[in-house]
Amino acid sequence: MDESVIDQDVYAELQETAGAEFVAELVDTFLEEAPGMLAELRSARAENHSERFRRGAHSLKSNSNTFGALKLAALARDLEIKGLDADPARDMAVLAELDAECARAAAALKVLRDG
Amino acid sequence: MAEFGARLLIADDNKVNRLLLSRSVELQGHSAALAENGRVALEMLRREPFDLLLLDIEMPEMDGFAVLEHLKADPQLRDLPVIVTSSVEGLDNIVRCIGLGAEDYLPKPVNAVLLKARIGASLEKKRLRDQQKDLVRRFATSEVAQDLQQSGFSLGGKRVHASVMFSDIRGFTALVENQPPEETIELLNTYYTLMFEAISSHGGVVNQMIGDGLMALFGAPLSLDDCAGSAVAAAQEMIELIEQFNLERAAARKPPISIGIGIATGDVVAGYTGTQQRATYTCIGDTVNLAARLEAHTKNVQRPILIDAATRHGLEAGVQLIALGDVQFKGKAGAAPVYAVAQHSG
Repeated sequence: MDESVIDQDVYAELQETAGAEFVAELVDTFLEEAPGMLAELRSARAENHSERFRRGAHSLKSNSNTFGALKLAALARDLEIKGLDADPARDMAVLAELDAECARAAAALKVLRDG
Repeated sequence: MAEFGARLLIADDNKVNRLLLSRSVELQGHSAALAENGRVALEMLRREPFDLLLLDIEMPEMDGFAVLEHLKADPQLRDLPVIVTSSVEGLDNIVRCIGLGAEDYLPKPVNAVLLKARIGASLEKKRLRDQQKDLVRRFATSEVAQDLQQSGFSLGGKRVHASVMFSDIRGFTALVENQPPEETIELLNTYYTLMFEAISSHGGVVNQMIGDGLMALFGAPLSLDDCAGSAVAAAQEMIELIEQFNLERAAARKPPISIGIGIATGDVVAGYTGTQQRATYTCIGDTVNLAARLEAHTKNVQRPILIDAATRHGLEAGVQLIALGDVQFKGKAGAAPVYAVAQHSG
């Protein structure tokens, strides 16, 4: 597992304060919710809906930070602050990057959950 | 400790955030209900009581700013402590939350130790505020407490049409000298209980108690359609209650007490007087002075209830009055006509 995907200290602290068993459930919830959040971002982009786009990025950022998925959080934060790009192609490129990073984070979280 | 076992509402559109926050507060010994956006949160707040709201800003349907604005405008909810938990970008947004009345702001991901400290502090502040409200209720009348809550506290008055009543116990000084102080306190407590009952059941408000005397207002702070009629009806009931009380006293071989009541009606200036630190709700004006003089005059004419011409003017035909002619009161330019209220027959 690539240790740079999830910040181990953040994850360990989350386990310590909320309990390992609860965090395992929380990871499951995130794994269920994440595809919907990514889809929401894409649909907001397609419909040119800046408010939904910003809120979707915000939500993904918030959850990534919770689990210590810092790179994913940084990508989402960039989208939140920048908002819809005048050039949709540029957003699509970032969204592809976001998908890939989210997949890496999901894989790493599964390992941590089952570890 | 009051800060344990509180009931919190968590408003957040993100499921992971909702679950994590509710886990955190439950680990602190509180219980949590969940709302997935601001509109649902407001509905729940209006339906059931909560001690504290943990509020996200970015939410669909109704965001956190709008929730704060609604809470601020709602007299029932404006004192509810709110802690904003958000990863919203920009200091101006945080400033806006505080400006809208949020107690505190915690960035997400929320640190559990900080959250615990902020919840504890907010609940403690709420407890103090509730205690204060309770005190206001105990030391002011509920009408004044309500007036204070609705319009806030400010010194200064407004002109209102009202009837002012003064009442005290005749020969109270002699009574006090002839009995132990404990008995006097007990007598006063019974006396005040009876008088409050008669006055408030007719829409009046006792705003001052001095020794054995009291001052009551009919028509302020809440206006009354028939302030003169209400004041006179209250006075008649006060006399009746004292007569009943005297029967009990006679059975206990205690001397009877008697009271004198003066009522005047007119424009008064009612409001809070005093200082910012210590103030009382009262009213001032000629009407107040006249009511006090009439009450003192009951001794001279041996009549329990005396009223002025304006009060008489406001009465319906059913009340029997005895005209006592004009009386020149101390401090008054001209003589004023005085009427005694005849007691109910039987």
